[in-house]
Amino acid sequence: MKKKLYFLLSGCALVLTISACHKDHNVAPSDPNTGATFSIAGDQVGRPGVNIVFINAADHDKFNATAPSAQGAAYHAQIQSRLMALNPGFTTNAAGLNAAVFSQTLATDVLNVSTTGTTSYGTFTGRGLADDVIDASFKLIWGGPDGNSNPGLVSDHVDHNDKPFLGTFPYEAAPW
Amino acid sequence: MKKTRMVAALSAAALLLGGGILWASDHGDAPAVSGKSTDITDLYVYQSPVNADKMVFTANVQGLLSPTATKTAGFDENTLIEFKIDNTGDNVEDLVIQCVYKAGKMYIYGPYKPKGTGTTSTITGNASAVVDVTPYSATAPVVTTSANGITAFAGPRDDPFFFDIGAYVKVVTGAANSFSNPGSDSLAGTNVLSVVLELPKSLLNSTGKINVWLDTKTKN
Repeated sequence: MKKKLYFLLSGCALVLTISACHKDHNVAPSDPNTGATFSIAGDQVGRPGVNIVFINAADHDKFNATAPSAQGAAYHAQIQSRLMALNPGFTTNAAGLNAAVFSQTLATDVLNVSTTGTTSYGTFTGRGLADDVIDASFKLIWGGPDGNSNPGLVSDHVDHNDKPFLGTFPYEAAPW
Repeated sequence: MKKTRMVAALSAAALLLGGGILWASDHGDAPAVSGKSTDITDLYVYQSPVNADKMVFTANVQGLLSPTATKTAGFDENTLIEFKIDNTGDNVEDLVIQCVYKAGKMYIYGPYKPKGTGTTSTITGNASAVVDVTPYSATAPVVTTSANGITAFAGPRDDPFFFDIGAYVKVVTGAANSFSNPGSDSLAGTNVLSVVLELPKSLLNSTGKINVWLDTKTKN
């Protein structure tokens, strides 16, 4: 009888241990994606439009699969020749960049972001939803040193989104 | 000779326009991603308009969706959507934020130092935030904020990009000498699938400037 009681108590202790263990698992649940590896290159974007506007169609996949730190050396020349084809009269732009420096900047396709103030694509501090990145880019391609050359080419005359953005997270408008 | 080239250019423009919109900002930019879950449309990174201590990271994929197409569009469990962040100025990622869809939820990892840089990305540790994907039919976005202060959303949104693509094609192919005024927003009425994160600047180890790019990759 005594032996049986002892046995029951051990069983109880065992149950308690298992349940405590179970509780620990709840504190740090196993994650469904931990350890997953993704290694087939898909898409890659820093600034808007660089691949489509400046890279030869045959190289679009390759550009996406090249790390930004290696893009400058690989694509600088191609981008500069495309820039000069788009605007044969290019000298410098309103950002003070000549063709070589502007092309080198574009070739490394990252978005430069400031973490210390408000954001505007035109001042290289990031990209907000309402930023007219097309006009900002055209001005740098066609606008010349003061941004006012080729007046017919420095704006597409679409200066805002088709739906107003929200004042609260997630800021983008609801879908159509 | 010049005339022949002009005709060829015009046919190319007609092909692009006749077939509907094929590309935009980065929408449909390359054969390997066009029309797939890996096709990025745009990246946005900006200071939060409501809290100057936070930054907003937005990844948009699978663009040019009509309302009908949006009803059945979805994230893919085999696709990683990854923000890469350089905070030392060498254009090599020091931190990543990884987004993986699984069974109706978007799992957000990081920002943390990646296991390696470049072409292979591995998920390590547990998700920092998990948010239910907002369905197309929802009347309000589903939003979660994690213990480390990451607010997250994933689901369909109006494409925030705006551009007169038709006029651009005409200009670069020589069919027009200037853009139309007023222009016409070729993205009007189209949707994207969006992942939006708002996180404390303190998680970015930034000294004031970061470089960010957005990657998608699939599993082997």
